[in-house]
Amino acid sequence: MRKCSLDKLNLIFAEIAKDAALYLPADQTDGSAAYKKWEEGTALSDALNTVRSPKDFFFPQTEDLMKFKTQGKNIDIIDIRTALEDFVIFGVRACDVKSFDILDRVFLTEPVDSFYASRRSHGIIVSMACTRPSETCFCKTFSIDPANPAGDVSAWKSETEIFFEANTQKGEDFLNKISSLTEECDDTLVATQKEAINKIMDKLPLKNLDTSAFGGGKTNELFDSPAWAELSQSCLGCGTCTFVCPTCQCYDIKDFNTGNEVIRFRCWDSCMYSDFTKMAHGNNRLTQKERFRQRFMHKLVYYPENNDGLFSCVGCGRCLAKCPISMNIVKVMKKIGGNKSE
Amino acid sequence: MNNVNDTLIPKVGVITDVRIDTPDIKTFRVVTPDGKKAFDHMPGQCAMLSIPGVGEAMFSITSSPTNEEYMEFSIKKCGCVTDWLHNAEVGQQITIRGPYGKPFPVDDVFAGKDLLFIAGGVGLAPLRSVINYCRHYRDRYGKIDIVYGSRSKDDLLDYQEIINEWSTDSGVNVHLTIDNPQEGWDGHVGFVPTYVKELGFDTNKVAVLCGPPIMIKFTLDGLCEIGFDKTNVYTTLELRMKCGVGKCGRCNVGAKYVCKDGPVFRCDELEELPDEY
Repeated sequence: MRKCSLDKLNLIFAEIAKDAALYLPADQTDGSAAYKKWEEGTALSDALNTVRSPKDFFFPQTEDLMKFKTQGKNIDIIDIRTALEDFVIFGVRACDVKSFDILDRVFLTEPVDSFYASRRSHGIIVSMACTRPSETCFCKTFSIDPANPAGDVSAWKSETEIFFEANTQKGEDFLNKISSLTEECDDTLVATQKEAINKIMDKLPLKNLDTSAFGGGKTNELFDSPAWAELSQSCLGCGTCTFVCPTCQCYDIKDFNTGNEVIRFRCWDSCMYSDFTKMAHGNNRLTQKERFRQRFMHKLVYYPENNDGLFSCVGCGRCLAKCPISMNIVKVMKKIGGNKSE
Repeated sequence: MNNVNDTLIPKVGVITDVRIDTPDIKTFRVVTPDGKKAFDHMPGQCAMLSIPGVGEAMFSITSSPTNEEYMEFSIKKCGCVTDWLHNAEVGQQITIRGPYGKPFPVDDVFAGKDLLFIAGGVGLAPLRSVINYCRHYRDRYGKIDIVYGSRSKDDLLDYQEIINEWSTDSGVNVHLTIDNPQEGWDGHVGFVPTYVKELGFDTNKVAVLCGPPIMIKFTLDGLCEIGFDKTNVYTTLELRMKCGVGKCGRCNVGAKYVCKDGPVFRCDELEELPDEY
């Protein structure tokens, strides 16, 4: 384990930024935090988490895929993919680091999505333990330990120091680059911090939320539950939950005609939207009840069925904080899962 | 980076022939600009066709894999992309990518069996590929029965091919029907599900169904009534798709993705899925 004094953190950032774009959570004027490209003077936010998840780094909200030039009856397809440069995402929380594994299982499964894969291979993830988990956090429900975040490098921050431990070869290389600014240390202080974090976790209101009612093979049991109608009754279909969710990965592909060429791009989409499944011959999910059910059944049943039991939720709590009608996956799990989830 | 193939990036295709099949269905012949087939496929698989600036949509490949010169797509005019295609002329370039999905099990499950194909309307499009594949390798299969129905005589797809080729093959029986009586039609009149029951096939065969959802439902019920087991009945689904490879989430039903786990499903497998297709 390596450590350095927090006074030197800015020097570390400057060193990293020499060969790679560095992104970190920074405070915004409205009091929230957002990932920002580091430049001299940018300070690492102390906020628990960013409003938007870091999925944008690998799966951007909109992304150009290719271009077309058309002339008369002819079409030219132009591959616009370019070689990417390395970048570092610094200060990713444990829940969000886990979300990358969930996205990987979608985009890196054959046939590999080369757009995602390229970003993923160029990104270095430096995670950060959560010293102040909040009442909307339920990562432990999904076996994520906020005191032991994964990533290429794990980091822990105390009042005065920051500690680093490499988990991958990429992480080793990263720590070697900043070795002149850090010193070897033991993990006594980090161990104390981990204990403190776990004590907070034990007091959080969602600590007993459990998943035993869900998982692969539960479709027939849960699909026709009468509770879906009640839960979805107030859903506005705004899609906010999908957009702030670090694991929601449904996308649309659209064309934009600039006047002299056509750009085909993909953008985030939401199964909560009424036209998501609408096609020329009809729509197989006609009401919000069916669309609402799809989102939660996918996260809690379908995804685990296809991915060795892994749930497609990391308990980051963003949907709890942002849904305009205060509906969220926790309420769904409690209601649909019955007493088992209490 | 540019040498990495991505499934989302299509090839250019050229429409080399447009056949008007019915008042709202045309069959498009497509090759690459150098005159070759865009890719190989198996019966039941699909391709994404697009017109830049208009959109991209999934279509079943209606020509048989045994056709080594070109691919054909029978397309009903019913939305943005299909409207545009119906206005396209020979020589028009489009984009094409694929093949997508699981094909009909023509080389294992179907081998050596008697086959019953049942189609309604444009539902013949995906079945034509497998019918012509089985006709090509005629000695690998038993007796072939084809039941095909549409609204009227004018709505029967591939009519010339059915009359001139399918009906004249030995061991192939074609049973055509139209919904309502029509002048100049002396064949059967009535809906497909009822006709199938009237014909009363022996059940020791594999049945393949495709058509409007309501026709599939009633025909499947009819087949079960005359003693067919759902494990011997196959169908092919159609849902909205964007990627074709199980990532965009659109055609997800239960734990399956119609684009990659389907579009061909055995009816007993289909029964396991939530009723959302």
